[in-house]
Amino acid sequence: MSATRAPAPPYRQRAVDLVRTGRSVPTLLRHLAVAVAVALVVLLVSYQLDSYRNFQLATVAAYLCATAGLTILTGLCGQLSLGHGALMATGAYTVALCQTAFFDRGVTSGAVLLLSLVAAVAVTVTVGLVVGVAAARLRGPYLAGLTLAVAVVVPALTVTFDGIFNGEQGLPVPVAPAPAGLGLYFPHERWQLWMAAGATLLCLVVLANLVRSRYGRLFRAVRDDEVAARLAGIHVARTQVIAFVVSAAGAGLGGALLAVLAQSVSPGAFGLNLSLFLLMAVVIGGLGRLAGAVWGAFLLVVLPDLTHSLTNLFTLSPATAQRLEGNLPLAIFGATLIVVMIAAPGGVQGQLSRLTRALRALRPAGRS
Amino acid sequence: MDRFLFLTLDGLSRGAVYAAFALALVLIWRAGRIVNFAQGAMAVAAAYVAYSVTAATGSYWLGFAAALLAGLLLGAIVDIAVMRLVDHRSPLNPVIVALGLVLLIQALLGMVYGNEYLPAQAPMSRTALTVGDTALLSPYDLFVFATVGVVGAALVWIFTRTAIGLRMRAAAFAPEVSRLLGVNVGGMLTLGWALASGVGALAAMLVIPTELGLHPHAMDMVFVSAFTAAVLGGLDSPPGAVVGGLGVGLLLSYVSGYAGGDLIPLAVLALLLTVLLLRPGGLFATVTARRV
Repeated sequence: MSATRAPAPPYRQRAVDLVRTGRSVPTLLRHLAVAVAVALVVLLVSYQLDSYRNFQLATVAAYLCATAGLTILTGLCGQLSLGHGALMATGAYTVALCQTAFFDRGVTSGAVLLLSLVAAVAVTVTVGLVVGVAAARLRGPYLAGLTLAVAVVVPALTVTFDGIFNGEQGLPVPVAPAPAGLGLYFPHERWQLWMAAGATLLCLVVLANLVRSRYGRLFRAVRDDEVAARLAGIHVARTQVIAFVVSAAGAGLGGALLAVLAQSVSPGAFGLNLSLFLLMAVVIGGLGRLAGAVWGAFLLVVLPDLTHSLTNLFTLSPATAQRLEGNLPLAIFGATLIVVMIAAPGGVQGQLSRLTRALRALRPAGRS
Repeated sequence: MDRFLFLTLDGLSRGAVYAAFALALVLIWRAGRIVNFAQGAMAVAAAYVAYSVTAATGSYWLGFAAALLAGLLLGAIVDIAVMRLVDHRSPLNPVIVALGLVLLIQALLGMVYGNEYLPAQAPMSRTALTVGDTALLSPYDLFVFATVGVVGAALVWIFTRTAIGLRMRAAAFAPEVSRLLGVNVGGMLTLGWALASGVGALAAMLVIPTELGLHPHAMDMVFVSAFTAAVLGGLDSPPGAVVGGLGVGLLLSYVSGYAGGDLIPLAVLALLLTVLLLRPGGLFATVTARRV
């Protein structure tokens, strides 16, 4: 491709260009094109699906922000966080408080939601910075333990300070209805899907560019060998803090979107299990690849649904059904996590790329 | 002053349990460089076994023994059936697998026993004995001290005075050399897991009657407190775990006595953050942390 350029730039300059862009089309344009294509597909799909499926897809989008953020941190930078459920709670509660404040002052236009989402990301980034700075000196189990403490403590705080957070009851999230221009009978769920998908695509474009940028390479260098990274002049602790803050921003946006979709927040939804789910989702999807985060987000929504219909197949006593209802998805999540870690550490995306590599190897050589 | 004395004794009793649980974490950390995040769930599972046995036989002590046995077995099973198969090259992998175990064990317990609090009985009175007008220790507190003391002494005896303890330390310290000298390194690791899990089960049996009752998530907060205690002690040092456990117990007792029980989780997080920021190696670190 570069052969068509004339005259060819000196070798050194070409190498620099290649490293900078990866391919001949600028990365940002490529990612934007993919995002626009996905947006069109979502738009078409939103008219085909019923309201419930639209809502589910919107939930997938919300989870995707958080799993993509966690993929950056755990998959790319090699740090384990069990606190992302708590970071999502931070975003969710911020959005609830902001929206309530706006609506109390009579500002009910849909545009204030943007402000609230930005505020949610900003607050979560601040919290992420505090945890990240504390965590940057920590390795492996220490970081996991600290973030575990954050995950257990943050939901408890909503009860401690129930004057602000209203304890176990949680807070309502007032959200403006779909714009009147879309028609009187425009389903609210479709509008929710558009909002969630728009915010998530924006978030993913930013993250995908980050992965391809200098910072993405720094993250990977730190993950693969801290000593070597340090010797190469990389500030390891600063890189880890940046990774943590970026991934906190993703989690904050995801939590805020979840709160907007559910139109309420309560501490029960953001317990330790949510953090474990997110981790499970990125591990099963495939650590270190944003595509893995997409698989993970789908899994988070589809698996509970699937187990629900599975338990409906059998006639069970109400008590047994109730016990299975909440716990069967957890058991399946846990067992899958263990099996994937032992048998296929690359997750779904790892197996897929292995499959495509195998198929490519089958094709006759010549065009590589 | 009376209140201070009462809170101190109460905190020491609570701290003794944290110390035992932290000791279990340290045992596995020293044996295999793994922080066992599934320790809490495994201990709760053992406590549920005790609940079933006690309900069937009517005897608390049979249940107590069953819990210890179940703890030992569960530890060995987890090591042989799961942890041994995990790729340990990345330190993340065993942690992630342990978290999978947490989800699995808690879900299974919820399926079998339901997700509500079951009453957990204490073997003796929990009302404090009074000297003059001052409320001091309850018989149950004395039982806790005695049990943790016996277990601690037994662990010290095993590791310093017996051949098997020497082998366990050798297997953890220099696995390759130990293997050349004929030590069954894998077996020693399994034994370490069994011992740690047994101690964890004991801690769960001691702490659950003093809290809300038996629940699949009953040990979540205890785990966080015990992890804080272990980090405070350095994660590598058994005496450090005991001192850390007692310290955390005292702190939590004062916080809940003077400032309100709601603040306990926040106090634990603040303590953990402070320790990690000021002295990440813990108070009793014997090996300097890796500096990069």
